[in-house]
Amino acid sequence: MGAPAKADVARLPEPDVAREWLATMTLIRRFEERAGEMYARAKVGGFLHLSIGEEATIVGSARALRTTDYLVSTYRSHGHALVRGTPPEKVMAELFGRVDGCSRGRGGSMHMFDLERRFMGGYGIVGGNLPIAAGVALASDYTGTDEVTLCTFGDGACNQGTFGETLNLAALWRLPVVFMVTNNQFGMGTALQRHSAVTDLRRKGEGLGVPGMSCDGMDVLDTHAVLSWAVERVRTERRPVLVEAITYRFRGHSMADPEQYRTKEEVAQWRERDPIPAFGELLLGAGVLDERQREQIDADAVARVDAAVQFAESSPHPEPDSLYDDVYVLDRARWGTYSVKTTDPQAHPSSPAERQRDDAAQAADGADEIPQQMSDALLLGEEAT
Amino acid sequence: MSELRYRDALGAALREELHRDERVLLMGEDIGVFGGAFKVTAGLLEEFGERRVRDTPISENTIVGMGVGAAMSGLRPVVELMTINFSLLAFDQIVNHAAHIHYMFGGQVRVPLVVRMPQGAGHQLGPTHSHCLEALFLHVPGLLVAVPATAADAKGLLKSAIRDDNPVIFIEHESLYGVRGEVPDSEEHLVDFGRARVSREGSDVTIVAVSRMALTAERAAAVLADEHGVQAEVIDPRTLRPLDLDTILASVRKTNRCVIVEEGWPHGGVGANLAALVCEQAFDDLDAPVARVSGADVPMPYSKPLEDIAYPHEPQIVDAALQTLGAAGSR
Ligand SMILES: Cc1ncc(C[n+]2csc(CCOP(=O)(O)OP(=O)(O)O)c2C)c(N)n1
Ligand SMILES: [Mg+2]
Repeated sequence: MGAPAKADVARLPEPDVAREWLATMTLIRRFEERAGEMYARAKVGGFLHLSIGEEATIVGSARALRTTDYLVSTYRSHGHALVRGTPPEKVMAELFGRVDGCSRGRGGSMHMFDLERRFMGGYGIVGGNLPIAAGVALASDYTGTDEVTLCTFGDGACNQGTFGETLNLAALWRLPVVFMVTNNQFGMGTALQRHSAVTDLRRKGEGLGVPGMSCDGMDVLDTHAVLSWAVERVRTERRPVLVEAITYRFRGHSMADPEQYRTKEEVAQWRERDPIPAFGELLLGAGVLDERQREQIDADAVARVDAAVQFAESSPHPEPDSLYDDVYVLDRARWGTYSVKTTDPQAHPSSPAERQRDDAAQAADGADEIPQQMSDALLLGEEAT
Repeated sequence: MSELRYRDALGAALREELHRDERVLLMGEDIGVFGGAFKVTAGLLEEFGERRVRDTPISENTIVGMGVGAAMSGLRPVVELMTINFSLLAFDQIVNHAAHIHYMFGGQVRVPLVVRMPQGAGHQLGPTHSHCLEALFLHVPGLLVAVPATAADAKGLLKSAIRDDNPVIFIEHESLYGVRGEVPDSEEHLVDFGRARVSREGSDVTIVAVSRMALTAERAAAVLADEHGVQAEVIDPRTLRPLDLDTILASVRKTNRCVIVEEGWPHGGVGANLAALVCEQAFDDLDAPVARVSGADVPMPYSKPLEDIAYPHEPQIVDAALQTLGAAGSR
């Protein structure tokens, strides 16, 4: 590794900011490596999609947001929760299916969520998150705030009808949403050129009124620079933008992927551009980081992940009693109103925990008149849960 | 006879029909290079080439819609959707188009389309990947609905589906793909739609169970016999449209009791529909109310212990059968 290019050094943010980016990318990497191990040990079930290799797209984009901005992602979103500040404990507990998980054990790896940090969810249906993100942006627009929503999805998702439908409507209604396609070259086992007639994905919004640009998704600096520009343009001009982040997933699509659709050489080539060591080297060369600090960043990440696993292990499984909790909002209804056996309303009562939570929410809500539903609190999803 | 996995029985049906009829073609996400999300189509791209076995983009509504158009124009497309939850993205093409075109155009055009997809819980895939939705399709006139539970039925029904001139919703089950069973070798092994399979004869109670539950019910029937001296007759309808109501009613007339088992939701479910039919047509033969065993009325949770109690297992079936016999529950 020679001295870093002057241009790169010039693009560096403040030293502590740069170190935080490296630390967060490292945390995501270590977290997901461990999640993979936990999956192999059957601590984690279902599907587990890792974004190893794509960390720069996550940190570079999310750090272009304000804390009041929103993020909407896919089923590949452990990193999106972590970058927004969801404690690794809660993300790991979700993977373990425990009550302290960020979706209380209901969602699992594909369905992360953190309302407080405005991470409006990971979604298991390819393309399902685009209209949701535009709807979040609609609420921001409607309530007259200058919040922006960042919606991330994969190259494969561009082929869903929701892509065209959402981009058109977002452009038509001038909604403050940045669409970011994380082009990791594959939709599952189907390579980009086998699933998309236009492989220059940033151009896919042109005919829909959404201008596009691209960034090097292996470079956190470039990703951050382009996304910052996009986010601020959307915030001020209120016209959606499409950003294509060009990257690569180093691991299989999910844990059970023999990866017969690509060569080891191709993977090895991309691994040479691993965004984490690359950024680390840049910071070392620029004198922003020394070897000792670099090791410390890694050790800290490992320690946080250790703590997350411990926490997840000791968090309880949901009680069988809670199976029917939250199918409906019960806070304004009589208990049992919506239960399955109408002849036996107590067959599936809401659990004591649900009742307590909803009682607290109702108390905090104060009123239950209609106008309440139009209030900011509800539109912004800030119920006191 | 050969012993085949359910998955390989389906693969064999596709291979044989691709060979037999040039008009048959396959379309779906990751069915070619990747070999299929559940490996049903493994090897078919290599064998038949890209013209017959087509990897598609992730565009469910469009690939089903293209299947409709191709079927109207004389082809016999088989579309694979990765799981039944994703068929909801294609519901427009399935209901508004595939199901209604023959009727809407006065019978002048046919839609010989097969849409294959697996359903089912048990793998902790959470609320977007785990449901059993056969009842949604059952609701729609114009569709045929198959729910094979064994390898032999998987093969025979799929071959019949491909040869049928109606749109067929072909619902496989994720937990069955690895299950082995004896399958007739004949390339003309067809299973007719509308013919139930009586997997166990008995005189005390009739258990009608669909999709994977057909196997769970067989195990429950063994428990009923061994531990309670109750002889259950177990019926797998195999297709829900058309439905072999005659076989079910004949059994109920013999046992005077009926339990219906499904993995999907209870409201407006397969059991709700069938219970109505049984009550309408065999009310006088019933000695006890029809009992239903179904999945819990919730979106499928990720948590293992919650998922486990959210769909039926043998004990619930045993209990329901005993209740129709006026016995106390087993637990
Ligand atoms: C509607 C729908 N169809 C199919 C799937 C199955 N599936 C899950 S991820 C995936 C590939 C998506 O590729 P891409 O959008 O590029 O995102 P990536 O996985 O590469 O991050 C597929 C086909 C799904 N979850 N939802
Ligand atoms: Mg992709």
